[in-house]
Amino acid sequence: MADASILPAAISGMFGLLSPNPPGWGGNLLRGLFHSLQIALGSFGIGLIIGTLGAYGKLYGGPIVRDIAAIYTTMVRAIPELVLILLLYYAGTDLINRLFEALGYSRVDISGLVAGIVVLGFVQGAYATEVLRGAIKSIPQGEIEAARAYGMSPSLMMRRITLPAMLPHALPGLANLWLIATKDTSLLAVVGFAELTLETRQAAGATKAYFLFYMAAGALYLFITLFSNAIIGRVEIWARRGMPSVKEAH
Amino acid sequence: MSETPIEVPIETFPIHKETGGIRIASLLQPHRIVMMLIGLALIASAVFFMRWDWLQNYGDLIAQGLWRTIWILIVTVILGFLLAVPLGLAQASGPAILAVPAKMFCTVIRGTPLLLQLWLLYYGLGSLFPQYPWIRGSELWPYLRQAWPYAVLALTLSYAGYEGEVMRGAFASVPKGQLEAARAFGMPRFTIFRRIWLPQAIHRALPTLAGEAVLQLKSTPLVATITVVDLYAVASRVRQDTFLTYEPLLLLAAGYLVITGIIVMLFRRVERMIPSKLG
Repeated sequence: MADASILPAAISGMFGLLSPNPPGWGGNLLRGLFHSLQIALGSFGIGLIIGTLGAYGKLYGGPIVRDIAAIYTTMVRAIPELVLILLLYYAGTDLINRLFEALGYSRVDISGLVAGIVVLGFVQGAYATEVLRGAIKSIPQGEIEAARAYGMSPSLMMRRITLPAMLPHALPGLANLWLIATKDTSLLAVVGFAELTLETRQAAGATKAYFLFYMAAGALYLFITLFSNAIIGRVEIWARRGMPSVKEAH
Repeated sequence: MSETPIEVPIETFPIHKETGGIRIASLLQPHRIVMMLIGLALIASAVFFMRWDWLQNYGDLIAQGLWRTIWILIVTVILGFLLAVPLGLAQASGPAILAVPAKMFCTVIRGTPLLLQLWLLYYGLGSLFPQYPWIRGSELWPYLRQAWPYAVLALTLSYAGYEGEVMRGAFASVPKGQLEAARAFGMPRFTIFRRIWLPQAIHRALPTLAGEAVLQLKSTPLVATITVVDLYAVASRVRQDTFLTYEPLLLLAAGYLVITGIIVMLFRRVERMIPSKLG
C-alpha cells in the first residue's frame, strides 16, 4: 500500500515480487505459511494430549501428581515462550543425543520442524491443562456420578461422558489456544526455523521491499485467524446443539 | 450478565475459609516436604556444578537489562491501557464510525504475531522514514534512528489491541441501572464516565488485566530481535561470549519467574483494595 503511494509504476513490480514463481518471493511465503500451519497443528495436537492428561492429573490425581501438574502449568505460564523454546530446544536435543550415545547409537540431527512442534506443544499443554480442567469442572457433576454408578470404566466414561460434555465449555478456550498456536509459530523464527515470519524477513531483506512483504505476511496470518474463527463458530454451534442459547438478554 | 440466575447464591460477603495456620499445615504435608527438598537439591546442584563465575563480569549489564525490561513493561502497559480505554468504549457504545475502526484495529492486532508487527514497524517504517527529507530534518530523527521507540510503539499497540477487547466486555458488563441512576442524579456525561462507568469496568477487568500484564512481560524478550538490550538480550550476549548454553538461560527463566510473581502479587494487592460485593 505504501509502495503504491510512492510510485504508481511500482504496482506491477509489487505483484511481480509477490508472484509465486521464482523471480517473485510468493512461493517462499506460501512455503513458510505451510510450515507454520504444520507446526501449529502439531503443537496444538500435542498440547491437547498433554492438556487432557494434565487436567485429569490435576482433578483426579494423587497429591504428588497434582503438585507436579501445578508446577508445570505455573512455570510454563510464567516464563516467556522465547526463553522456553531456547531452553527446551537445546536441553531437549542435548538430552536425546546423550541418550542415543549412551545406548550406542550415533548422534542425530533433530529437525527444526519436530523440535518446534514438540517445544510449542509443551507450552500449549500448560494452557490446555487449565482450559480443560475448567471445562471438566463445569460439567454438572451428577452426570459423572451417574456414569460411575452405571459401572462405566474410566476410559469409557471419558469417551462417552466427560469429553463430549465438556466440549462446549472448553471450545472458547481451545479456540483461543489455537489462535495463540498459529501466532506462536513465529517465535521459531528467532531460533532460525524457516516458517512464515523468517521467510518474510529473508524475502524483505533480499528485495529491500520491507513494508510490502511484512504487510503480505500480516495478511496471511490475519487470513488464518479469520478463517479459523469462521470454522470455530461452526464447530461451536455443533458442540452446543441441544443446549440453551448463551446469548445475553439485554 | 445483568440478570443473575435465581439458583446461584450470591456470596455478598467473601468468607475467607483459609486461615494462615491451615495454609502452613498444607505446605508441610510429607510429600510437599520431599518435593521441596528435591527442589532445593536441584537448585543446589545447579549452583555448585554449573559455572557462575561470569556473573561478576556481567553484573552491570544484567542490571541494565533488567531495568530496561521493567521500564518497557511499565511504559507499554500504561500507554496501552490508556489507548485501550477509548478503544473499548468506542466498541461498547460508540457510533459505528468509531466502533468499526476500533474493532478492525483489535482484530488486526490480535490476528497477527507480535514479532511480525515489531519487524514491520522497525524494518518497514525504519526503511521508509529515511526517504523523506523532512523526517530526517525533524527534531525527532535522533530518536527515530534508535530501536527502542519502535519497540515501545509495537508493544503498546499490541497491549492496546488485546486490552481494548477486554475493556469492551468490561464496559458492556457494567449494569445499565448504575448508569441510569447516575444520569438521574444529573451527573454530566464525563462525570458519569469518570465516577461510575470506568471504575466499575476496571474492577471487572482487573483479573484479566493482571493476566495480560504477565503476557506483556512474556512478550518483552521479542524486542531483543530489534537490537534493544533487555534482559533477554543480555543473556544472549553472555551465551555468545562464554559459550555457556544453560546457565544464562536458567538465570533468565528464574528472573522472569520472579518478575511474574511480583506482578501477580501487585495486582492481588490492588484487587484487595477495592471493596467488592461480587462473590
